[in-house]
Amino acid sequence: MTRRQLTKWVGVVSLAAAIADVWLGLWVTPPDVNQGDLVRLVYIHPALAWVALYLAFGVAAICSILYLWPRTRSFTMDRIAAASVEVGVVFTVLTLITGSIWGRPTWGVWWTWDARLTSTALLAVMFIGYLALRRVPSDPHVRARRCAIAAIIAAIDVPIVHFSVVWWQTLHQGATVLNPNLTPTIHGIMAWTLLLSFLAFTGIFVWMLLVRFDMAVLEDAGVDDGLESALIDRRAEGSSS
Amino acid sequence: MLRDARLIAARDLRIEMRSKVATWQVLPFAFLSLILFAFAIGPDPTLLKQTSPGLFWLSLLFASVLGTQRSLSIEGDGATREATRLLGIDPAGIFLGKTIALLIELAALEIVLLGGVLVFFHTQVSNWPLLISSLILAPIGLASASVIYGSVTTGLRSTATLLPLLVLPVLAPLLIAGARCFSVATGSRGNSAEWLGILAVFAGIYVLLGIVLYGPLEES
Repeated sequence: MTRRQLTKWVGVVSLAAAIADVWLGLWVTPPDVNQGDLVRLVYIHPALAWVALYLAFGVAAICSILYLWPRTRSFTMDRIAAASVEVGVVFTVLTLITGSIWGRPTWGVWWTWDARLTSTALLAVMFIGYLALRRVPSDPHVRARRCAIAAIIAAIDVPIVHFSVVWWQTLHQGATVLNPNLTPTIHGIMAWTLLLSFLAFTGIFVWMLLVRFDMAVLEDAGVDDGLESALIDRRAEGSSS
Repeated sequence: MLRDARLIAARDLRIEMRSKVATWQVLPFAFLSLILFAFAIGPDPTLLKQTSPGLFWLSLLFASVLGTQRSLSIEGDGATREATRLLGIDPAGIFLGKTIALLIELAALEIVLLGGVLVFFHTQVSNWPLLISSLILAPIGLASASVIYGSVTTGLRSTATLLPLLVLPVLAPLLIAGARCFSVATGSRGNSAEWLGILAVFAGIYVLLGIVLYGPLEES
């Protein structure tokens, strides 16, 4: 199986899982005793947060460390980190939006200065800064090295986001699955739907990562080709004059 | 490493003593921002007293960005970065030296801003040891993170706009913890030990990261 086929199949399977999750979440699972239909956001919001905070920024941090390590240094690591941050920022913003939609009827406000919300918003801004740094024209090696350092420092916020609900006991509820006792507080069809949402969004993340990585390779090749053709044109100008 | 740090810190401070950029530009800017915040809030003494911890720290943070840009422009001038590397100075020593120099400049900023807050915002300090501890710990983290990100953006076309975007979110935990310590030191209730702990942890993390990561940053 080629990389292109793999990317396609990851996309198809992830899309199927997402459709099944929507069907289970909206029609099969029952409403919650206390929250009613609002609970259905639990089949989107935690999975989005999982991809954004742990998966995307985790991959970005690991690849950045591997880039800085001389033995494993390669542009592949840099491109994976950059692709992962791009997808992670999208998922973080979606996490904040879905959380806000849930917060309005539950807490009565679209936004509150809760420790988890604040630290997540900060994380989003830190990685937007990473993307801004990446867009500044500079030598590819210098850019990769500086971006790797920015990603590692920003990733320090991830454990703060995770443990914020434990350390500060604020408005945001504690973890449903990854709580300190590792005892999930959700059961039956609701738990299976939640699990499916994690798998579906993980698949979507992998698909987006693969697509964005391929685009980064093509972009870099385009820059190299552009330079090469400009040099050929310049040489041709020189020889004709 | 410590010898190199001392050399770099002495060099940066000597340049500052001669050029007086921090004295005539950064310090007045910090003071001006404090005054402007007061204009925006209004003359209500109770409100000014309540908001003084946040305003003190915001003014310090904004001024520190200017101070960092100045500190890192020394490295960007001519081929100072390359020349320093050719001298065989340990990158960790360069990081520590620049951090120490910035720390001393931040201490001067803190003294001016604290004077401004006490006089213009009618703030009364009830717990000096707590306030002084936070004013020592927070700038260590502030200076370390600023030097790392300052180096990350040195030599780029849009350093002036990129540095605040990158460094201010990283400094937010220090802003929160520093402002809480200031509040408690000026009479509010709160767990000062917890906030001092946060300041100490972040200071430690940023210093450690700087020592480890400054080497790869300085590679050619």
